[in-house]
Amino acid sequence: MAGHVRSRLPYAPPPKGRGARAGRVPVAIVGAGPVGLSAAIDLALKGVASVVVDDDDRVSPGSRAFTWARRTIDIFDRLGVGEAIRAKGVTWRTERVFHGARTLAVIDHAPDAGVAAPAFLNLQQYHVEEILLARCADFPDLIDLRFRHRVTAAEQDAAGVTLDVYTEDGRYRLAADWLLACDGARSSVRGMMDLAFEGEAFEDRFLIADIRSPAPFPDERWFWFAPTFHPGQTAMLHRQPDGMVRLDLQLGPDADPERERLPERVAPRVEAALGGRPFDLDWVSVYAFSARRLAQFVHGRIVFAGDSAHVIPPFGSRGANAGVQDVDNLCWKLALVIGGAAGPELLASYDAERGRAADDNLRRAGRSARFMGPRTPAERLFRDEVLALAVDHAFAQRLIDPGRMSTPCALDGLSLQSADDPAMAGPMGPGAPCLDAPVTDPDGRPGWLLPRLGGRFTLLGVGVEPPAVEGAARLTVGEGGLGDPAGLVAARYPRGVYIIRPDQHVAARWAAPAPRAAAHALARARGAIAEVGP
Amino acid sequence: MTQSGEPTPDDAFAAIVEAHDGLSPEASARLNARLVLLLAERVGDPAAVIRAATAARRGLEDA
Ligand SMILES: Cc1cc2nc3c(=O)[nH]c(=O)nc-3n(C[C@H](O)[C@H](O)[C@H](O)COP(=O)(O)OP(=O)(O)OC[C@H]3O[C@@H](n4cnc5c(N)ncnc54)[C@H](O)[C@@H]3O)c2cc1C
Repeated sequence: MAGHVRSRLPYAPPPKGRGARAGRVPVAIVGAGPVGLSAAIDLALKGVASVVVDDDDRVSPGSRAFTWARRTIDIFDRLGVGEAIRAKGVTWRTERVFHGARTLAVIDHAPDAGVAAPAFLNLQQYHVEEILLARCADFPDLIDLRFRHRVTAAEQDAAGVTLDVYTEDGRYRLAADWLLACDGARSSVRGMMDLAFEGEAFEDRFLIADIRSPAPFPDERWFWFAPTFHPGQTAMLHRQPDGMVRLDLQLGPDADPERERLPERVAPRVEAALGGRPFDLDWVSVYAFSARRLAQFVHGRIVFAGDSAHVIPPFGSRGANAGVQDVDNLCWKLALVIGGAAGPELLASYDAERGRAADDNLRRAGRSARFMGPRTPAERLFRDEVLALAVDHAFAQRLIDPGRMSTPCALDGLSLQSADDPAMAGPMGPGAPCLDAPVTDPDGRPGWLLPRLGGRFTLLGVGVEPPAVEGAARLTVGEGGLGDPAGLVAARYPRGVYIIRPDQHVAARWAAPAPRAAAHALARARGAIAEVGP
Repeated sequence: MTQSGEPTPDDAFAAIVEAHDGLSPEASARLNARLVLLLAERVGDPAAVIRAATAARRGLEDA
């Protein structure tokens, strides 16, 4: 197996002669996976410096997380890597579900036309990490990447966190005001703090393989229940860039992971799945899923994000997508706290908002796991009869769960959002993630709404001039502001004024400009008003 | 006086029972599962189905 060529990332010896004080950094990030790297970039965009330490010096060995959802692509756009990701990735929107040799359902995952980002994009995790690493290099003064630096201890007091870091050239201490533990599913920081990581493990094993093949494959997701080439189990096939496909084969609970990884075991399975098309194996792994989360993501000055905070069965591509969405939620808050514009209490909203998202992801992914690997005879019976009924009944088609795809989490009812204006109705209420739409500049140049919202607080007026409020930018669509060539802004955002958070969620809205209410809601969205309610 | 063309609840009950005639226990179980799924769809009210599932479970012990 040749494998993707992974260059070594540069090792730098531990900083010498920098005393604990001189070496003190605003943020230390443990882990240079997709989550830690995204966090470093998001913080740098807000002017916050970080040191990223990782005990390894290679990007992900195989595709691992390779399906990126629209919300994540929107975030990648904001981080400045959207173009690179799109240039390399395979975009798709159609999912075909088979039962045996029969097509059961064709699902369109992009019912909303008129958005910049594709519904889904396939790109191997190592490519995403490489693109994020290249972006980090745009911030030499703000991002300090240290590979082959392993954190062996973490201690915190009211003022900050001190890490013990081990390198081949010796140990050193790293002092930081905040620590982001982005150190993955086996998080060592979590271990050092002795935090429980509760949930369940699924017994089912899955074989996952990156396969090079010159044969053409469609830009679709293909999912089989009981395929003829792999009886009694499920299978999934996606095209990836570089002439590769990713194949996921369910092996059941009794599979022996060591044996199933052997090329002589894998090759016949792949050959059967590809129906005789030529191929080479690039990377193979046998994987078991679990579903766990920390009860709390924020522990004083140590904040968990990504797999360290929650591991989610990846059905529907939830793992790394959820992690990048954590970063999106966290970094603007941390930057406000570090800049003194908000108190550390603001971080409690990260815990509540991303905790809700984690619970939502865990619930949906848990259902998908059970649908694919029923654990009781009754569960299997109902699953199989849904599949049988789906041939003639549309309602049963909609119950088929081949991994409900990752969707963004709405944040309504949580502390930063204000109650909706009773005069407003329709979509995009407080807590909703912003939907994109085409816009035009006053000079007629076409563009998209989401990039205009940027990564700051914005008062967005749709058909209404927004009031001027200290601490928020203003953007108007219609009324002499941006044009709405397809009428989609107006269709998606009922006429009114919206407070948009830096992570592009609606915090509050009104039918008419209301400067006092807007100032109050903005303060609430920045965590300055603790009580719940309008 | 039961002469209208409208089937009665008794007719529905009889139809459910008779649908199982001649089936093996396995096939009967499949039929029941299909019936539950189809009825849940016809009810058109997920909350009512959830209440019914809770009510049906009442009085049955874990194995
Ligand atoms: C075999 C496999 C297949 C997968 N398939 C899928 C999939 O199909 N779909 C999907 O969505 N997800 C999948 N995942 C999960 C996905 O890879 C993770 O969700 C994702 O990597 C999480 O990113 P992260 O940045 O939180 O953590 P990671 O990518 O795990 O990064 C953590 C980093 O922290 C470093 N680190 C750990 N401890 C220390 C320490 N003490 N000091 C310094 N550095 C440390 C590690 O070296 C690592 O680089 C798969 C994972 C595996 C292993």
